[in-house]
Amino acid sequence: MTEDNQDKKQQLPGDDIINDVTGSEYKYGFVTDIDTDVIPQGLSEDVIRLISAKKHEPEWLLEFRLKAYRHWLTLEMPRWAHLDIPPIDYQAISYYAAPKKKEGPKSLDEVDPQLLETFDKLGIPLEEQKAFAGMAVDAVMDSVSVKTTHKEKLAELGVIFCSFSEAVKDYPDLVRRYLGSVVSYRDNFFAALNSAVFSDGSFVYIPKGVRCPMELSTYFRINAAGTGQFERTLIVADDDAYVSYLEGCTAPMRDENQLHAAIVEIVVEDRAEVKYSTVQNWYAGDKDGNGGVYNFVTKRGLCRGDYSKLSWTQVETGSAITWKYPSCILQGEGSVGEFYSVAVTKNYQQADTGTKMIHVGRNSRSTIVSKGISAGHSQNSYRGLVKVVPNADGCRNYTQCDSLLLSSTCGAHTFPYIDVLNDTAVVEHEATTSKISEDQIFYCNQRGIPTEDAIGLIVNGYAKEVMNKLPMEFAVEAQRLLQVTLEGSVG
Amino acid sequence: MDNNILLDIRDLHASVDGKEILKGIDLQVREGEVHAIMGPNGSGKSTLSMVLAGAPGYSVTAGEVDFHGKELLELSPEDRSHEGLFLSFQYPVEIPGVSMVNFMRAAVNEKRKYFDEAPLSASDFLKLMRQKRAIVELDNKLASRSVNEGFSGGEKKRNEIFQMAVLEPRLSILDETDSGLDIDALRIVAGGVNKLKTDRNATIVITHYQRLLDYIKPDYVHVLYKGRIVKTGGPELALELEEKGYDWIKQNNEN
Repeated sequence: MTEDNQDKKQQLPGDDIINDVTGSEYKYGFVTDIDTDVIPQGLSEDVIRLISAKKHEPEWLLEFRLKAYRHWLTLEMPRWAHLDIPPIDYQAISYYAAPKKKEGPKSLDEVDPQLLETFDKLGIPLEEQKAFAGMAVDAVMDSVSVKTTHKEKLAELGVIFCSFSEAVKDYPDLVRRYLGSVVSYRDNFFAALNSAVFSDGSFVYIPKGVRCPMELSTYFRINAAGTGQFERTLIVADDDAYVSYLEGCTAPMRDENQLHAAIVEIVVEDRAEVKYSTVQNWYAGDKDGNGGVYNFVTKRGLCRGDYSKLSWTQVETGSAITWKYPSCILQGEGSVGEFYSVAVTKNYQQADTGTKMIHVGRNSRSTIVSKGISAGHSQNSYRGLVKVVPNADGCRNYTQCDSLLLSSTCGAHTFPYIDVLNDTAVVEHEATTSKISEDQIFYCNQRGIPTEDAIGLIVNGYAKEVMNKLPMEFAVEAQRLLQVTLEGSVG
Repeated sequence: MDNNILLDIRDLHASVDGKEILKGIDLQVREGEVHAIMGPNGSGKSTLSMVLAGAPGYSVTAGEVDFHGKELLELSPEDRSHEGLFLSFQYPVEIPGVSMVNFMRAAVNEKRKYFDEAPLSASDFLKLMRQKRAIVELDNKLASRSVNEGFSGGEKKRNEIFQMAVLEPRLSILDETDSGLDIDALRIVAGGVNKLKTDRNATIVITHYQRLLDYIKPDYVHVLYKGRIVKTGGPELALELEEKGYDWIKQNNEN
């Protein structure tokens, strides 16, 4: 059966309107019944060799994986976040799943029609004539890239946008030079795990002086049961280059928890600019907190060049547990880091998310705007580090950290760390906590706006500063997502 | 011939936190009429407006309200609005981040949806906003700001009348619209209300002072005291109240 979420919806007790609404609104919860090549559960050096062999990888990459694996064995799962993470049996996960296909589909005709249909259903058209004119898409299902659009057009400009596996084959020198240069496999537990078992992801290279003419987008989809998804994204913007990149994520509704441990590495050279946007909508579990994706992600950018700029924008609505801190190392003189975040949690979701701004270069600047929205029994934490090293003169940071509470049973927490070792730095932190008041809702009601829409309006107003940073094509979708996510969540 | 009855309140009782505030209100408002409701603090004036609008926290314990053929008390607050009931709040609430334009577009289109009409196009909507803004001399900048956020007292009240102009209600309840207004703002607000008056709609003006009634001429003046309408008269009653003070009412109704 192609869609089994229908049955699951009916299993929900129908007496609680709030939970019924929130439970049924995850419209990406379907499963595609497609032949999948899944390797047996468990993790060992043999498994890593098997993954590497399946992908026909060069020896140096296998070595990289094995080093990461051996290091991972020495690590413990981090426990410092404000999260209640149930024990995870890493031997009960399959570390590689791929839709079966003929060897390397070179044209769309060779891609399984059911895969195309899946992405169509998700609103991600892969047929080029249908695809958004202003956007190129790399679609990743389970562990592997299914199809990348607009490749030829981008190639004319020298822009490389392909799956990570292809990049390893076609641009080994570039990959080898940058892989692990921002997020080392020694960085943390999940980074080590990802480095050992990562399966695919996207690779982007923008050559010197090129402004990428379209949005680049990767769409991640977990489909197979009992698998984890471990993708890796590497973006390099050479001198004076510009790119705007967007990732979207969904997963089927399943009773079990699925592990997603990704790495995103970004290198920004002199005067280059990278804008990285995320709309994260992994399955969040049901109203009682069963199922959902564990989202443990390491994202970091190195603003290596002078006057380089990296901007993170994230709208986080999904996942049962989120552990994620997209960060900027501001190494170049006058480099700029930005972090704009809306994190929504409801039911029993938990999120511990924020950023790190490490000021190394002189006159580097950073801005952090974090908007947390908590409903139900969820826990929503902002955790952020602003660090200025001793020699970094003239640095500037502004942090604004707001929490909006939609219920009396949820939690909103802020953990700001400020570590300034240079007395010329100016660092500001502002924080607010608010609730949507009954008066605001009634005011809207009196003007004819029903409560659900009123909440959508108020929440979108609250998050506007961040939503405005999203690429145009996604702003509307993200607004709708916020509204839908919170339907019935006030109480 | 008399005009149609728009609002018919019969023996309305309502309480807040278990305490009875309205103790049997009877009031009929016909199309084209302006009614003023006056009374000392705590007499139940604002409670009456909140109950009619369907605010949470107010429970109706007895009575009926007919609103042009509909059982008003059976309708949700938003449906009361769609059916043409408008409340100009005494203390309009601020909604940060939500622009007046987006707010009013949502309001207008929800009403259209209720009557199975297609949403207004962006250009038609902006044209409507422009026209209605002129009625209360609200400048463009105010309309692009967040709902009531950082508005002065006078701007908030003008903004209420602006919304009333856009929504074209059958019955407008102005709750202490004159409070906090200087004389210029009062003239603009009252002028707006007068411009919107037709022989098909009606207005209930709730006020503490006679001052507003110099600008908005009532057909009837009711005095509310301890949850009941204790006196009804023409415009001259307001003047008499102004002269004698509320103690006059209190003394006459202590027993």
